[in-house]
Amino acid sequence: MKASNSLWKQRLAGRIAEPMAAELDVYENEILLKKQGKMEDKVFAETRLRRGAYGQRYDNGQRHDGVAARKLTFPQALTKGPGTEWDAPGMQRIKIPYGGMTAQQLEVMAELAEEYSDGIAHVTTRQDFQLHFVHIEDTPALMRRLAASGITTREACGNSIRNVTACHLSGVCRTQTFDVTPYAHALTYFLLGHPDCQSFGRKVKIAFSGCRGESCGLAMMHDIGAVAATREVDGKVERGFEFYVGGGLGTVPQQARLFDEFLPESELLPVSQSIARVFARLGEKKNRNTARLKFLVSKLGIAEFKRLVLEDRATLAHDPRWTAHLEDRDSRGEAPLKPSSFLQIEPVRAPGFDEWYKTNVYSQRQGGYSTVTVALPLGDITSDQLRALADISRAYVKDTVRTTVEQNLVLRWVSSGDLSALYADLSAAGLASPGAGCIADVVSCPGTDTCKLGISSSRGLSATLRERLAANQFSMDEAIRGLHIKVSGCFNSCGQHHASDLGFYGVSRNKGGYTVPHFQVVLGGQFENNAGAYGLAIGAVPSKRIPETVERITSRFLAERQADEKFQAWIKRIGKAACKSMIDDLTAVPAHDADPSFYVDWADAREYTIGDIGVGECAGEVVNPIDFQLTACEREAFEAQLALEAGDVSKAQRLAYESMLHGAGALLGQRLPVLSGDPDHVAGLFREQLVDTQLFSDPFAGAKFAHYFLEAHEKREAAASADRARQLIEEAQLFIEASHACYARMRAMPAVV
Amino acid sequence: MQHFQVKIFVRPAGGVNLEPAIAVFHRWIRESALPELLIDVADYRHVPAGPGVMLVGHDSHYGLDERKNRLGLLYSRRTAMDGTVGDRLNSAIGAARRACELLTADPAFAGALRFDDGEFEIAVNDRALAPNTADGYLALEAEVKPVLDAMWGAGSYDLRSVGAPRELLTVSAIRR
Repeated sequence: MKASNSLWKQRLAGRIAEPMAAELDVYENEILLKKQGKMEDKVFAETRLRRGAYGQRYDNGQRHDGVAARKLTFPQALTKGPGTEWDAPGMQRIKIPYGGMTAQQLEVMAELAEEYSDGIAHVTTRQDFQLHFVHIEDTPALMRRLAASGITTREACGNSIRNVTACHLSGVCRTQTFDVTPYAHALTYFLLGHPDCQSFGRKVKIAFSGCRGESCGLAMMHDIGAVAATREVDGKVERGFEFYVGGGLGTVPQQARLFDEFLPESELLPVSQSIARVFARLGEKKNRNTARLKFLVSKLGIAEFKRLVLEDRATLAHDPRWTAHLEDRDSRGEAPLKPSSFLQIEPVRAPGFDEWYKTNVYSQRQGGYSTVTVALPLGDITSDQLRALADISRAYVKDTVRTTVEQNLVLRWVSSGDLSALYADLSAAGLASPGAGCIADVVSCPGTDTCKLGISSSRGLSATLRERLAANQFSMDEAIRGLHIKVSGCFNSCGQHHASDLGFYGVSRNKGGYTVPHFQVVLGGQFENNAGAYGLAIGAVPSKRIPETVERITSRFLAERQADEKFQAWIKRIGKAACKSMIDDLTAVPAHDADPSFYVDWADAREYTIGDIGVGECAGEVVNPIDFQLTACEREAFEAQLALEAGDVSKAQRLAYESMLHGAGALLGQRLPVLSGDPDHVAGLFREQLVDTQLFSDPFAGAKFAHYFLEAHEKREAAASADRARQLIEEAQLFIEASHACYARMRAMPAVV
Repeated sequence: MQHFQVKIFVRPAGGVNLEPAIAVFHRWIRESALPELLIDVADYRHVPAGPGVMLVGHDSHYGLDERKNRLGLLYSRRTAMDGTVGDRLNSAIGAARRACELLTADPAFAGALRFDDGEFEIAVNDRALAPNTADGYLALEAEVKPVLDAMWGAGSYDLRSVGAPRELLTVSAIRR
């Protein structure tokens, strides 16, 4: 871990918005508490996950080296979650709402990738960034540096509202209904940390799309998908959304169901809030395999789900944030840096320009402007390239870029006359690869490279496919070049293989006592129409035969397609049996002695094993909110100690009292559906519900600990002194212990509703 | 200063196939070839001017690195070290050189991989501890010089700052 970690807090003081600064202080103290053994593994795991600090392959301290599974002996005998070694490298996910970033944020990302990771920043299929090989104790400093540039990692993982994605062309797209960016922005920050979104059984993913027909938003495969729509009422155009719920990929892919043909823009936030509330209340909590929103929608049926949501919506007290963003929604769009212009005819173009122009340049709805895609190999970009891109964005497009769900970056509002110069600058930075969005622009999840759940090497395969397909992509028929390939390392679908012409996901097979890496072949999924249809699994092929599989399927498509027949239509026409027979012979695995290369995965040298697969953290840890609340009380008591040590006795006294107040509130929340945060109200109810009923009474100490709180409440305005603060801290610690014991007793009793 | 990076360049540049490095680094892990905890191998050959092939460790990363389009062995210290700054620098240079020797001797590269021991780039991978400023350079120079004097002899090398201000504080040392 970095020797400089403690310096960043001081250095960035005043540069981080206050709620975020406090939130990061809390997180840092939780790390301290965990190191002191004062936090449970499960609670700490969920708390770091909710800040985007994820586990990584081999973090259980075991790795198969091709011969045997060996222990990785990390220095500290600590854990950061169940079966997760403290010192093991982890992944930091960084939320980028709707993929929007500034040049300065790119520069910060470059620094963080260099200093805390391995010099690579990785763009994910949900417009996030990820850094790998990060030490848990570096994460507070890393998060502070992000926060100072306006980026949060909060709720990037865990059972929370994940990054809100949106079509990267929104605002400049020729087919959009309207720009969804302001809505994605508003919903992101409305739901971020919202109390109604803190007790889900699983994550919730939200996506916006500016139109129905294109693919960019992928709304149909999300828990909540909002597609821009308008309607005319009394001659006036109203904005809203074709609103979908319950979509998702994973092992049981499901298309989202139509919730409302037209959800008015003013209802977007409150209805989303009510969906969160219904999901938190009725969603599965124990079995993570059936805990996503899609299962709840299926179980209840869309009509009943909608009824429950609207019933809840009717009970919500008005929140001015629901519509505040609508007041300036049209002024939030990006503006160009330069006047519009058109690409001039030049006698000689730079080598590669024409191919790049053909596949990476999109003419915007605004004449004379283009959006340029920077195609990143497997979503990877170096720190040097991030800095170069920051400079380029300042020079050409007023400082902004967006990430895409195809793991690329786009520069919007390029004055088209600048395209030649831009191409030259991108080329110099190694960022002008052609073929964006085409067959060689393979999308891949991290797979066995870093993911605990990976079965086969999705990145190894994707890099191989990319290299081979890119070599001759411009001599291919356009029908082939325009196909999409997406690869996942396992059935969990982070590579979004269902929504692709040719999709692959990692599986394994046994042959002669050996395990062989394979990929299941999924054909005919639809990337278009917001991932409007999912592909068909036709069989598993050894990993090393996937390039040949791609070659065979695409060749046959080219030979058999009728007129302008699309790939999906061709797959549907020939049927599953014919698809399967196409690859039957490729499923054979030679004996180990005959060709041992089949028993080694792509980009690896070890004999293949599935022994390294760990327990995933995608689902987060299902933790009762009271566990978090009581942990927060412990942290407050700890912070009171720190304040006392720093000589701030009045702060120490206040924190010690508040830790008891919040503990009392947490316990009351188990018995009462609605609780005011007013201290007198809490203290009164505490006496009535927990002291008078003797529920809080300790078998040996009786009501002694309860009186610590009640007395502290009565004397909360008393003058501060070091002795009083010290006493209060000790009492607070005992009160919190008693609160845990009380909660244990309450769990054994039926809930009072 | 902590977290030193040392890069030793491949000579002659170009024409080196990095694929064997994957098997070599996996073998180093299996055979505990280096006196530290080695964890995994990361393949970034698909990234232009990127980290190439990396051996990921707990205390340090090693890589056949292609950044700035110059192939070399990059040693990167991750965890903090005890001792003086000079000790840390010597340790980093020693670790980088040891890795170069092992790679050069490895039959997997069939003699194709050779390093120029007369040129190093030394960086401090921590902007808070070592900002890339004129003062930062002077501070690093003051630490690097005694180490290079002892290694190559005073006055037998050129030392200069390299890289833009946004990049890590880096010096290039070339033996005359």
